[in-house]
Amino acid sequence: MLDSNISLLAKGLGETVFMSFASCFFGFVLGLPAGVVLFLTRKGQLLEQSFYHRLLSTVVNVFRSIPFIILIVWMIPFTRTLIGTSIGVFAALVPLSIGAAPFIARLVENSLLEVPQGLIETARAMGASPFQVITKLLLPEALPSLINNATITLITLVGYSAMGGAVGAGGLGQVGYQYGYIGYDAFIMNAVLLLLVLLVFAIQFTGDKLSKKFNHR
Amino acid sequence: MIQIRNISKTFRQNNKVFRALDGIDLEIAEGDIVGIIGSSGAGKSTLIRCVNLLEKPDSGQVLIRGKDLTTLDSKSLARERKKIGMIFQHFNLLSSRTVFENVALPLELEHVHKTEVSRKVTALLKLVGLEDKAAAYPANLSGGQKQRVAIARALANDPYLLLCDEATSALDPATTQSILQLLRDINQRLKITILLITHEMEVVKSICNHVAVIDHGRLVAKGTLEQLLSGNSHPVLRQFINTNHMSIPQELYKGVKEKYAEGLFPLVEIELNGNIPFEKLIDTIYYHFQIPYKLVKAEVEYLGKANFGKLLLHLLGTDKSNENAIQYFNQNNIKNTIKGYA
Ligand SMILES: Nc1ncnc2c1ncn2[C@@H]1O[C@H](COP(=O)(O)OP(=O)(O)O)[C@@H](O)[C@H]1O
Ligand SMILES: [Mg+2]
Repeated sequence: MLDSNISLLAKGLGETVFMSFASCFFGFVLGLPAGVVLFLTRKGQLLEQSFYHRLLSTVVNVFRSIPFIILIVWMIPFTRTLIGTSIGVFAALVPLSIGAAPFIARLVENSLLEVPQGLIETARAMGASPFQVITKLLLPEALPSLINNATITLITLVGYSAMGGAVGAGGLGQVGYQYGYIGYDAFIMNAVLLLLVLLVFAIQFTGDKLSKKFNHR
Repeated sequence: MIQIRNISKTFRQNNKVFRALDGIDLEIAEGDIVGIIGSSGAGKSTLIRCVNLLEKPDSGQVLIRGKDLTTLDSKSLARERKKIGMIFQHFNLLSSRTVFENVALPLELEHVHKTEVSRKVTALLKLVGLEDKAAAYPANLSGGQKQRVAIARALANDPYLLLCDEATSALDPATTQSILQLLRDINQRLKITILLITHEMEVVKSICNHVAVIDHGRLVAKGTLEQLLSGNSHPVLRQFINTNHMSIPQELYKGVKEKYAEGLFPLVEIELNGNIPFEKLIDTIYYHFQIPYKLVKAEVEYLGKANFGKLLLHLLGTDKSNENAIQYFNQNNIKNTIKGYA
C-alpha cells in the first residue's frame, strides 16, 4: 500500500519536473527571441521599429491576459493536431510552453533593459554587428538576471503543470486531484503538497546559486 | 587627417527643439593630441560621438582620411569604427568578462584566431601595466585600472585614432595624471592621433598640443593652448583657468580701507596672461621700482615659457614709486586691480 503510494508520488514528481523543465525550455525557445526583438525594437534601441514593437507587444499582452486554465482548454484542438492527443504529459507541454512564452518574453525584455546603455554604445563603437551585440554583449551581461527570471518561470510552471493535472496533464497535480481530492486520501494530498513545496524550494535555491555564480558585478 | 565640416545636431524632446551642435568646424592633424574643453552641457559628448557616428549629425561631414563617414552604409561604417578606438568616463567594461576577455572582445568580433588573440591581449595588458590582472573581473579593479583596461581594449584593433570622452573625469588627480601619461605614451609610441574632450583645464594643459573651446554647441576658440591663453583669451576659456577670485585674507588685513589715506599701501591683484613671466614681474617691482612688497597670495600656472594666473601683492613703496609701478602694469597690458589699502 505504502509502496504503491510512493511509486505513485515518485511518478507524479518525475512528470511534474519533466513538464516544468521541458516547457520552460520550449518557452524560452519561443520567448527569448521574442524578448530580444521586443527589446531591440524599442524606441532608442539598436533596431528601433515602433510598429513591430507595438505589434509584438500586443500579441504578448493578449496571450498573457488569458488565464492558464482557459488557455489549456482553448488550445485542445491545436494540441491534438500537434501531438495526436490532448491528455498526458506531452500534450500538456504545448499549452504550458505557449503559456510561458509571452511571460518569458517580458522577463527577457526587462533583463536586457538592465544592461547599461553605455555598454551597447561601446559595442557599436567597436563596430559590432547587431547580432554580435546580442550574443557577445546583451545576453552574457544579462545572464544573472536571465537565470533569476528562468527560476521565476520554472516555479510558475510547476504551479501551471499542477493546474493542468486537473484536466489530464499528469504529474503531481493529477495525483493530488485524483487520489487526494476525489479519492479522499489525506496522506496523498499532504504528500503532494509537501513535494511541491520542496520542489519549489529546490528550484529557487539552485537558481539563486547559479545566478550568483555568474554575477561578477 | 580628420576634418569635421560644419556639423550641426538638433535634439527633439517632448516637442522641444534643442540645438546641441551648431556649425562645428575642426581639423585634426595626424599624430596630434587635440583637446576640446567646455563646461557641462556644452555639447562635448555629442561632438565626439559625431566623429564615429554614434550620433548622426543633421548636417555636415566627417572626413577621415578623405572618407566621409556620414555617407557610409552601416556595414562600411562598422568597418571604419574598428579603426577608431574609444574610451569613456565610466569605462564601460563588460562585467561578465575578465580583464583578458574584455580586451579580447574587439578581436573576437573580428574572428581573430585564438593564439593571436592571446598574444595580442597579453602585449596590450603589458602596455597598460596590468599583466597580473588578466584573470580579474572589472568589479575588483580601481577606477584607474578600469580605464587602463578600457584603453587596452580600445587599442586592440590597432586604431589610428583614439576618442576619449571625459576619460579621466571619474578619477582622482593622481590617477588622472597617470592615465594622461599613458595616453601621451600611446600617442608617441604607437603614433595614434588622440581627440579628447574634457571639462578640466588640467587635462588639456597636461597633454594637448591643440585646443578648441566649445560653448553652447559652438567652437568659440581654436589653436595652441598658448595662443588661446595669451592676449584677449576667450572669456569661456578664462573661466577654466581662474575660477576663483583672490580674496584678501581676513586674519592678515582686518582694517583694509577702500579709499587711500596717508600711511596706507595698496593691495593689488595682478593677472598674469602669458606676456610676462612671474619672476620678471617681481624683479621689476623690486629692483627697477625699488618697491619692497609683500606677496600675499599667488596662483601661477606654468605653460611652457608662459605664466598664467593671479597674484595679490601688497606694495610697500613710496606713493610715487607705487604709482609708477601701476602705470608700468597698464602700459604693458598687465591687468591689475587695487583691492584696497592697508
Ligand atoms: N539624446 C539626447 N536627447 C536630447 N537631448 C540631448 C541628447 N543628448 C544630449 N542632449 C543635450 O545636448 C546638450 C549637450 O549634451 P552633451 O554633448 O552630452 O554635453 P557635454 O558632454 O558637453 O556635457 C545637453 O544639453 C543635453 O541635454
Ligand atoms: Mg559629456
